[in-house]
Amino acid sequence: MTFWNNPINFIADWLTGLLTGWHLPAALATILVYLIGIIVLVLFAMVLDIGLVWVERKVVARFQDRLGPNRIGPFGLIQPVADIIKMVIKEDITPDGADKVIYNIAPVLAATSVILLWAILPLASTIYGVDLNVGLLYIVAAGALGTLAIIMAGWSSNNKYALLGAFRMVANMISYEVPMVIILLVPTILANTMSIRGITEAQSGMWFGILSPLAFIIFLISAIAELGRAPFDLSEAESEIVAGFHIEYTGMKFGWFYAGELLHAFTFGGFMAILFFGGYGGFFGLEKLPGFTWLNFPLVQMLVFMAKAMFGYWVIMWIKYSMPRIRIDHMLAFNWKFLVPLALVVLVNTAVLNKVLAGLPNWGYVLGMFGSNILIGFVTIEILRAFGRRQRKLEENPTLQAQTQEQVS
Amino acid sequence: MQNEWIYIGLFLVIGIIVPIVPLAFARLVAPRKPNPIKQSTYECGMETVGESWVQFKAQYYIFALVFLVFDVETVFLFPWALTLKQLPLFVVLEGILFIGILVAGLVYAWRKGLLEWA
Repeated sequence: MTFWNNPINFIADWLTGLLTGWHLPAALATILVYLIGIIVLVLFAMVLDIGLVWVERKVVARFQDRLGPNRIGPFGLIQPVADIIKMVIKEDITPDGADKVIYNIAPVLAATSVILLWAILPLASTIYGVDLNVGLLYIVAAGALGTLAIIMAGWSSNNKYALLGAFRMVANMISYEVPMVIILLVPTILANTMSIRGITEAQSGMWFGILSPLAFIIFLISAIAELGRAPFDLSEAESEIVAGFHIEYTGMKFGWFYAGELLHAFTFGGFMAILFFGGYGGFFGLEKLPGFTWLNFPLVQMLVFMAKAMFGYWVIMWIKYSMPRIRIDHMLAFNWKFLVPLALVVLVNTAVLNKVLAGLPNWGYVLGMFGSNILIGFVTIEILRAFGRRQRKLEENPTLQAQTQEQVS
Repeated sequence: MQNEWIYIGLFLVIGIIVPIVPLAFARLVAPRKPNPIKQSTYECGMETVGESWVQFKAQYYIFALVFLVFDVETVFLFPWALTLKQLPLFVVLEGILFIGILVAGLVYAWRKGLLEWA
């Protein structure tokens, strides 16, 4: 084991050796090394978050045909630092009627729920916090903390806009959590494990995004809804309820909601890469060929992972800035009447085909999985088209409309 | 195994401390000049009418109930999905029967009009 093929364990072993050399008990030394590792990882996430503020503002500007921040530093790179300084020295206002304790806990919890996700995010085959055997459930659990933070912020602000925003957000988040949890079963079945690293390793030959493109699309949609980003950003719909659940927050407390959202979006870009696009690996066996073994170096893998995660983040931004906001009834109907049934169909399809095609050679398995997904997608689109045709006919023909309404009532 | 959860516990502690640090720092350096107008509820300059903590639209509650049923039942599917490779086809079909029961619940909620935004 050298620094180049296992940097984290190399440093950790060295540190443990150093600490036990000082006659510290082994257990205490382990915990101290853990703490140092965690602080480095969290600070890495925070620095990345500062970078993401710049990326987000610059990319939005380009989508909207503007220049974006370009005054402070080269290409405006120092802008986020200036933003942070400004937010820290702003006056912190707590409204009179607010429930003070909950009001102050909410922004911290919003940030914590995102930071917690980094505990299991594998940046490379040997660079990760911890490899839980229930990793996928852990993602869902940490996401639920974020929902809690939002309802706490909305309820404690003692503001009608905030309350409305929080109600919408919670209805949105818990609804879209159902297709997400169902679709997380697909990588579980394909990889035969719930550990995030196990899922990444299982994709070294073939990405799950190719085996099951529909699962990826459903995960993308429900992830955007979980993040509460446009087109699902009803919780902070500026044109109706000003800023939604964080309307009363000022200064750094608002800053944590904002920073938390950006880091959350990036982290979900990362999970998309891990669950469906091979994460830090997934070179289709290329890394085993002579001449390409450098792909196995952790720092290279980390670079690959960051690139994939950034691409996922960019797709989320792309959708955010190209789509109009969706009305709440449409949004919930889309989830319960379309996404949930579709997710269940994809799940059953994966479970059965995984069993039936197990005996086939590799190419047959891949082709069967991919083909069945395309077939399901095609049938879904046809059903939607037929439904749309019927709706249009009903609208064109008022008498028919009256008849169907009678039938229903 | 145990170490993993100690790690998560430590991560939770650090994850709570890190957001608190800038907030505490802001408390030291930020000005504090409260006045009643500044601390009133922000409603774009309008006076607030009535209570903010009110009972509101039951529809949200109904969606929460439907969610609860689904989420609890999907958790049961995880062990099934994990052991799928070792199981015979018969057990796979039994799992699908369970999903069928889930679908029946969804269809029931749909027919009852619980999924309509009324």
